[in-house]
Amino acid sequence: MMDFELNEDQQQIKRTIREFAEAEIKPHVTEWDESQHFPIELLPQFAELGIMGVLFPEQYGGAGLGYIEYSTIIEELARVDPSVALSIAAHNSLCAGHIFVGGSEEQKQKYLVPLARGEHLGAWGLTEPSSGSDASSMRTTGARSDGGWVINGSKNFITNASFAGTTVSLAITDRTAGTHGISAFIIERGTKGFSISKKENKLGMRASDTASLSFDDCFISDANLIGEAGQGFIQAMKVLDGGRISIAALAVGTAQGAYEAAIKYAKERHQFGRPIAEFQAIQFKLADMATQIDAARLLTLRAATLKNQGKNTTRESSMAKLYASEVAVRAAEECVQIHGGYGYIKDYPAEKFWRDSKLCTIGEGTSEVQRVVIARQILRS
Amino acid sequence: MKICVCLKQVPKKDSILRIAQDQKWIDERDISYEMSEADAYALEEALRQKEAHGGEVIVISMGPERTRQSIKEALAKGADRAIHLDDPIFEQATDAAGIGRAIAAALKDEGCDLIMTGLQSDDHGFGQVGLIIAERLGMSSATIVMEVQIETGSVRVKRELESGWFQWVRVPTPAVLTIQSGINQLRYATLKGIMSAKKKELREVKAADLNLTADDLKPLQSIERAYVPEKSKQTEFIEGKPAEIAARLVEKLRFDARVF
Repeated sequence: MMDFELNEDQQQIKRTIREFAEAEIKPHVTEWDESQHFPIELLPQFAELGIMGVLFPEQYGGAGLGYIEYSTIIEELARVDPSVALSIAAHNSLCAGHIFVGGSEEQKQKYLVPLARGEHLGAWGLTEPSSGSDASSMRTTGARSDGGWVINGSKNFITNASFAGTTVSLAITDRTAGTHGISAFIIERGTKGFSISKKENKLGMRASDTASLSFDDCFISDANLIGEAGQGFIQAMKVLDGGRISIAALAVGTAQGAYEAAIKYAKERHQFGRPIAEFQAIQFKLADMATQIDAARLLTLRAATLKNQGKNTTRESSMAKLYASEVAVRAAEECVQIHGGYGYIKDYPAEKFWRDSKLCTIGEGTSEVQRVVIARQILRS
Repeated sequence: MKICVCLKQVPKKDSILRIAQDQKWIDERDISYEMSEADAYALEEALRQKEAHGGEVIVISMGPERTRQSIKEALAKGADRAIHLDDPIFEQATDAAGIGRAIAAALKDEGCDLIMTGLQSDDHGFGQVGLIIAERLGMSSATIVMEVQIETGSVRVKRELESGWFQWVRVPTPAVLTIQSGINQLRYATLKGIMSAKKKELREVKAADLNLTADDLKPLQSIERAYVPEKSKQTEFIEGKPAEIAARLVEKLRFDARVF
């Protein structure tokens, strides 16, 4: 038996986040995009709503909800501003998510609780200037030292880096062990030897903060090693299985926002004496967008459902992320096309959705890497 | 302090409205509903007063099954419990007299210190339900309330008058206050609030529970015809000498078109 409807509570959550995004975010979208302003001033409101710790049990300061609710929240934020959704997703899935997946009870109390309560923002550092999906070529190192580890190296393209109070970062602690030699550490803002540098000037997602992390003989005590040394990569893969669901939801929301903008414009814009929505050329575009967005949402919610059931979702998460992100780019492109000349200027939301959408096929594993992951999964059996 | 808030669910503001076939009301199919705006402000005011003075906030609403969505939203925002008047007999009550009578009957034994509601609903806009409840329950009342200050045994309220004038009045409690939109900043339901709403009491009340029959709720007024404002265009040519035409035009503009 399958039920394709959100339940009453989930619908209420969807309405609430939509109402919030429309009232508190939408009026500022263009300005934040232009000035690359991350709305840190909204953090207390995000915290009050409960969206900084959607997936974590109440004992850790979270809302204790599942992946369906989480996907719905990210989708609704992205429908209005994908870059805000991206920051919330990175905070929840990656930073707080990693501590939840691999952290000790003590670490959860000390770091997860304030993150989930939204007392500060979290960031997660995997990518480096010369290593992306090939994590084993990572250069950041953690050398054993008395009572802890000395980290050296750098991370880049890190979402929320400039604002994060807590950062989880990966480093190689045993070069000979390959991916089994990678460990994850919790780093507090202001730790000696840890600094944030170079805020990126991006194509899209400009209201989301992206910067580099630098470690210069940064001492991290054993108390801040997540799990055991060498477990970092396995933890990260688990974190990404969940993270990809949120990027899929982000892509669905981006596509939905673009689609709604396209429909609105197609009904308003008159050419040859009638609204362009009455031309089949435009209707077919809208029909394709609607169909593909539905398919992307269903793939996302399937991965979310399986994740809620505690199943391994490597394949389903990657499929959802791959498909939804490509749909987002296509839908946003058609949105620009339907807007014609107005799609190319910043007075209409089309071009921003287009720029923002492209991140979805790149972040948390490119489309190509998703295909590698999916192929590995389907050929294994 | 026990405060009851009367909520009405109305068609969403951005709904595309179509007139029903019988031309008595709008076609209610394919329409989404929401809490009437002024009622949302009444709920917010009640929650704020509870937060400041302690007590309980009860929400009451009359309407079909779909009304539960708005009731649950109120519970998610912080109301403590709810009463839902849900019975086909209540659907008889299409005017303020019937709605007021049913709600007053349901609240008779609650012993509320304050009853708050929006000053008028976004659909019918009668603006009478609050006052009828006050009359039926023998409570004092104040309308178009902009600010509420709770005192011992009374409540001081700022009422909106015409032309930017306001008036402060003190009314003894228990009292009914009809609240103006925009008097406070509405809160959002939180994830925790939404999840805890389902644990709160939502009591369903039938007409028989209130000893009301369909006859009791028979409307005293009815809608004759609902229609989209009709536009008509008439062109009249005034002929004669320029001076006569001008004089006639001025007369028409002044007395027929009333533009000056």
